[in-house]
Amino acid sequence: MGIDLAFVWAFLIAFAVLAYVVMDGFDLGIGILFPFFREKRDRDTMMNTVAPVWDGNETWLVLGGGGLMAVFPLAYATVLTALYVPLIAMLLGLIFRGVAFEYRWRTKRWLPVWDWGFAIGSLVAAFSQGIALGALIEGIRVANRSYAGGWWDWLTPFSVATGVSLVIGYALLGATWLVMKTTDDLAARARKIARPATYLTLLAMGVFSLWTPLIGTHYLGRWLSFPAVIFSILVPLLVLACVAVIISGLNRRQDSPPFFAALGLFVLGFLGIGISFYPYIVPPSLTIQDAAAPHASLAFLLVGALVLIPIILAYTGYAYWVFRGKVRPEEGYH
Amino acid sequence: MLEHLDALLLARLQFAFTIAFHIVFPAFTIGLASYLFVLNTLWLVTKRQVYQELFDFWKTIFAVAFAMGVVSGIVMSYQFGTNWSHFSDKAGPVIGPLMGYEVLTAFFLEAGFLGVMLFGLKRVGRGLHLFATGMVAVGTLLSATWILAANSWMQTPQGFAINDVGQFVPLDWWAIIFTPSFPYRLVHMVLAAYLTTALVVGACGAWHLLKAHAPRRSATMFTMAMGMVAVVAPLQIFAGDQHGLNTLENQPAKVMAMEGHFDSHPDGAPLILFGLPDQKNKRVDYAISIPGLSSLILKHGWKEPLAGLDTIPDELEPPVAVVFWSFRVMVGLGTAMLLLGLWSAVAWWRGRLTTDRWLLKAAVAMGPAGFVAVLAGWITTEVGRQPYTVYGHLLTADSVSPIAAPAVATSLVAFVIAYFFVFGAGVFYLLRLMACLPAELEETELDKGPVRTAGITPGPAQGTPHGENDGH
Repeated sequence: MGIDLAFVWAFLIAFAVLAYVVMDGFDLGIGILFPFFREKRDRDTMMNTVAPVWDGNETWLVLGGGGLMAVFPLAYATVLTALYVPLIAMLLGLIFRGVAFEYRWRTKRWLPVWDWGFAIGSLVAAFSQGIALGALIEGIRVANRSYAGGWWDWLTPFSVATGVSLVIGYALLGATWLVMKTTDDLAARARKIARPATYLTLLAMGVFSLWTPLIGTHYLGRWLSFPAVIFSILVPLLVLACVAVIISGLNRRQDSPPFFAALGLFVLGFLGIGISFYPYIVPPSLTIQDAAAPHASLAFLLVGALVLIPIILAYTGYAYWVFRGKVRPEEGYH
Repeated sequence: MLEHLDALLLARLQFAFTIAFHIVFPAFTIGLASYLFVLNTLWLVTKRQVYQELFDFWKTIFAVAFAMGVVSGIVMSYQFGTNWSHFSDKAGPVIGPLMGYEVLTAFFLEAGFLGVMLFGLKRVGRGLHLFATGMVAVGTLLSATWILAANSWMQTPQGFAINDVGQFVPLDWWAIIFTPSFPYRLVHMVLAAYLTTALVVGACGAWHLLKAHAPRRSATMFTMAMGMVAVVAPLQIFAGDQHGLNTLENQPAKVMAMEGHFDSHPDGAPLILFGLPDQKNKRVDYAISIPGLSSLILKHGWKEPLAGLDTIPDELEPPVAVVFWSFRVMVGLGTAMLLLGLWSAVAWWRGRLTTDRWLLKAAVAMGPAGFVAVLAGWITTEVGRQPYTVYGHLLTADSVSPIAAPAVATSLVAFVIAYFFVFGAGVFYLLRLMACLPAELEETELDKGPVRTAGITPGPAQGTPHGENDGH
């Protein structure tokens, strides 16, 4: 019985992380794109497109972390220690970015400081998350229920490449979000940025897919085994389809299809990584079963999660629905 | 000194530093969220404009404080893994689900409805807006409930077994959540949050009354706040006393340290009002004490015997001086709050509540007292638990991550710099927002119904742009 719950939880944690990546992805992307928009009015509008929802978006990161501690405590303990430096950098980035949402409206003199805090904070958070992902794919050494490597092991060419890739991907999400949520000149400029961001994201996904099997041949084995091989063939085709939707949407000046297709790229990329990892939660050291908490912990939280996650999704959806439509420059509560 | 700065001490410093910064924001936002809900309800029921004006005023302050609470809280949720990985591995199966429930029931609720509360009035109408405000308030209280359940379990653990890899395995979740200290801790903390907020709101109202700013609005907030202090301060002292008795039962070493009792007192223990605890020589220097009073308070008899720290091994003693002093700071401030509440009640009885300038000045001076008392209380309870993370079962020294001291030192320095910069600016903005007048709304603003046109363009921002006149 315990085994089944561990897999249910692996799925739920993966879902929380995916929800985080796609939702905080576009609002981190807004910060990453800040340097491309220099007008205060544009920046105000950009911020107001995400101000009512960013907090909820970021809560998925807390669920990912807190949930991992609850149901895979050994994975939480070893991964967070191994990725100490990038995670601390991410937290510091998120601090500056998070307070900028409020602070930049409270001052004129320090506005540039919080604008840069927002931009650099978002960039650092995104880059660190990418580095953490890359380091996790490369593998974490565990001995005697604790991390057995050094505290710079995470820094490799591969992890830097995944860091850069994630920044590009988030920028694409941010740009297509702006296309959907803004008007006039701002939307036109976001459209202009979205196009190269799409091609760069495609390139990054290609490089990532070719590089990963070189990191560990077990990944290649995973991809070519049945039934994963079905996805291995389907995923690249679907990626190309998403890219086609983004580009044609941009060409035809459509509002929302590019954003949702960009989300699709992230879901597909995430699926690919999920297939590669299975059945490990910390490759190559800990399987999902190795790291799982005792049955009583898994069961207790699962009851709440199964009831509460649909409710959370419902009111999150409601919040997005309340703030649907284009955001005008004068909007905000400030 | 430097040779003692090992990874364990650095990790403890980092945890103490980051949580000390974090704890003040929830202490404020728990109370403020409830206050906003009360204001919003009064506005809807009485239709008096002053309540909407105060709601708009405190809403902005709440948003800034909440943002600081969120970002400093994210740090906390990752610090268990980065710096305390052995604790996470061992206690995660018990603590993790409690914190998981905090995220699922509280954080999402707050975050999901915060946007509607701050931005959505004209999009959803007043009824749903009130509902959103209520959900934010409920979220803050649920969050306090779960985090105190987790903390109480670490203080008075029960309902678990230990498996062959040293993990705490939950046996009875009811016992884990409702540990002996949980109800006392929860009540004490929620009352502390309400007192803290009332003191801040009261100080803000008093400040504006002294400056003869917006008398109607300032008098309303001052009266509400002092009413709260007058009611909650005595309740808090009673709750604190009950909590102390509970601690004596479950964590006697902590109470011995709070009271400064190095020696056992078989025929009645004195209450040491002040003194300098000397842990090495096991005595309190320059003590001013009242014979028998400690026994009277703790055991309800002048001659009741009271055990001291000499009954436990040296290595299991908590750091006495820190606990002794932080406890006195908390109790001293609590007494000052009680006096402020009594003074307000008398002034109100005489019809001078908003005109007694000495009372107003005292209220301004007491504005930050809640934060200091919360920090002091937190230091008392957390340092008093040492040397354990899970009291009686898991030593702090066995909880820390296998991480190199330079990494912990670097991150500690980075956190200190970032926190002082970010939260220093935040406190500055908060103070300036409070110094701004609560804006008076134009009558037409009130008559406007909600705009429901596909949620587009809810009209100009309300009120004056607070703080936009920075530096002039």
